[in-house]
Amino acid sequence: MTRIDNNPGGVAVTVRGLVKHYGETKALDGVDLDVREGTVMGVLGPNGAGKTTLVRILSTLLSPDAGQATVAGYDVVRQPRQLRRVIGLTGQYASVDEKLPGWENLYLIGRLLDLPRKEARARAEELLERFSLTEAAGRPAATYSGGMRRRLDLAASMIGRPAVLYLDEPTTGLDPRTRNEVWDEVKRMVGDGVTVLLTTQYMEEAEQLASELTVVDRGKVIAGGGIEELKAKVGGRSLRIRPADPLQLRPLAADLDDLGITGLATTTVDTESGAVLVPVLSDEQLTAVVGAVTARGITLSSLTTELPSLDEVFLSLTGHRATPAQDATPAHDREEVAV
Amino acid sequence: MTAATVTPAGLKADARIPLRGHLRHTGALIRRNLLWIRQDPESMFDAVLFPVIFTLLFVYVFGGSIGQSLGGGQEAYVQYVIPGLMAMMGMNLAQGVGTGFNTDFNSGVMDRFRSLPIGRGSVLFAKISVELMRMLFATAVLLVIGVLVGFDITNWPGLFASVGLSAVFGSALMWVFLTLGVVMKNAQSVQAMGFLVLMPLQFGSSIFAPTTSMPGWLQNFTDYNPLSSLADAARGLMVGGPVAHDLWVTLGWSAAITVVMAPYAIHRFRTKGA
Repeated sequence: MTRIDNNPGGVAVTVRGLVKHYGETKALDGVDLDVREGTVMGVLGPNGAGKTTLVRILSTLLSPDAGQATVAGYDVVRQPRQLRRVIGLTGQYASVDEKLPGWENLYLIGRLLDLPRKEARARAEELLERFSLTEAAGRPAATYSGGMRRRLDLAASMIGRPAVLYLDEPTTGLDPRTRNEVWDEVKRMVGDGVTVLLTTQYMEEAEQLASELTVVDRGKVIAGGGIEELKAKVGGRSLRIRPADPLQLRPLAADLDDLGITGLATTTVDTESGAVLVPVLSDEQLTAVVGAVTARGITLSSLTTELPSLDEVFLSLTGHRATPAQDATPAHDREEVAV
Repeated sequence: MTAATVTPAGLKADARIPLRGHLRHTGALIRRNLLWIRQDPESMFDAVLFPVIFTLLFVYVFGGSIGQSLGGGQEAYVQYVIPGLMAMMGMNLAQGVGTGFNTDFNSGVMDRFRSLPIGRGSVLFAKISVELMRMLFATAVLLVIGVLVGFDITNWPGLFASVGLSAVFGSALMWVFLTLGVVMKNAQSVQAMGFLVLMPLQFGSSIFAPTTSMPGWLQNFTDYNPLSSLADAARGLMVGGPVAHDLWVTLGWSAAITVVMAPYAIHRFRTKGA
C-alpha cells in the first residue's frame, strides 16, 4: 500500500461541512466525516441520501459548493492530481470497459498509472489470479457474470495500490451468493491494510464489512459511531419464522399481528421464502413471539434473528422511513427493489 | 499546512504530468480504441461503405450530366468528384467521433479515467488519433474505388499532400464533434445535430458540383464555405489547377477551429458533471 507520509494523524479521509447543491436539491448539506487509516467506514443511507455525491467529490469527479475534504492529506479542490494517485474507485455501476478483455482492462489501468509495460503486465496477471479471473482473462468483460464484473472492477481499483479505496454500493443489484463473494474479496483487501470508504443501503453489508458507520439522510449525517454502538442504539432485531407447512403462513402472521408487538416496524409476510418477519425490540418480546407460535402448535422449519433493515434503522433513528414507497415490500425483496 | 508539501515517495510536489506521461497515457488509450475495432470489426463498415457508396452514387447517377457541364462526360466528373469526396470523408467520420464518444462517456468507464492521475486531454487525443487512422483507411478505400471507376492519379506528391490536408481539416472538425459528444445528453442528439450542420455545409460547397451554375446568394455562401476551399485545394493538388489560396484558407480554418475548440472540448471534458 502507498504509505500516507504526509498525514501523520492517522486520519485518511477528513470531511468538514461539505455541501453540494443541484439547483434546489441539497445532495450534501453540511457533511462531516472522519475515516481513520486502515479502517472501513460504512456510509449507510437510502437512495438519494447523498452517498454517491460524497464519493464523487472525494474522487475529484465533482467539486463541492462549500466545505472541505482531504484524502491522505490532499485537498480535493486544490490538489486533485496528487489525490488521484492515492485513491481507488469502484463505482455503483461496474466501471470496466465491456468491450475489452479482462486482462486488457487491467493492463490499460496499469499503463495509465505509469507502470512500465512489464510491470503493468505482471500486475494485471497478479490481480487476475487474486480475483480468480485468470481463466476469463482473454474474454471481453461483456461476457462476464455480474460477480465477475465486480471482481474485475475491484481488481482495476487495486492496480495502483491505493491508500484509500472507495466502494460505492459494491453489491447493489447482485444476488446473495455473488454478494458474499464480493464481501469476501473486500475483507481480504481490508486485511491488507487499505482504508475503505464504503457506501451501502444494507445494514447487513455495513455490519459485514465496516467497523464504523455514518448514517446519512437527505444530505445530512443523522448518526455515527462504532457499528456495535449503533446497533445497540437502534436496538431492533427481526425474527424470521418459517412454518414447515406453507399454508400455515397467513394464519400464523395474523396471530402474530394480533399479539400487538411492534418493534421497529410491523409484522410482514415474505411469501417468496415462506416466512413471517416479526420485528422485536427486547428479549421479552422475542419470548412472547416464540410463545405465541408454540401455543398455535405448528411445526417450524426455521427460526432465525436478523439485523434490522435500513427502513427499520431509519425509523428508529429519525422516526420516519427511509423509503416510504417500500413499506409494503417484504424485507427479503427489499434488497432487490432498492436498486 | 506544511505537511502537504511532503508527498508520497517518487511523486513530484506539484504532480504535473510530464510530456512523456501524456504520450504514454494517449498511447495506452489508443490501444484501447484499436482493441474496440478488433472486438467489433463492424464498426469499420462506415469507413468502407461511405467511399464505395458515395463514389458509385455520384459517378454513375450525376456523373454524366454534371460531367457535361465540365466540358467532358462521366470521366471528367470522376476527376472532379474524387478529390471532393476525399474532403467529405473526414467530415462524415468526424461526425461518428462525437456519437461514439457520447456513448463511451455514458458508460461509467469515463468516471474511472477521470479519477486517474492522467492528462485529461489524453482520452480525447487518443480518440482523435484512432479516428484519423480510420479516416486514412477510408481514404485508401476511396482511392481504390476511384481508380476502378476511372480516376487517373497523375500527381502522387499532390495526392499525399491532399490526404494530409484532409486529415488536418478532419481533425479540426473532430474537436467540434467531440465537444458535441461531451456536451450533449445522448448519442442520438449528437447524430441529429451533426447531420443538421453537415448536410448544408457539404452540399452547399464545391464538393459535388462546380458552384458556377448556382444562384448568386448561394455562391456567396459556397465561396466562404471552408469545405469548398478544402475540396478545391485537394482538387488542385491531385489533378492540377490553382492551389495556394484554397490551401491557406483551409489551413487557416483548421488552425482557427482547433485553437478554439480543442481547449474548449478538453475543458468541458474535465468539468463534465462537476
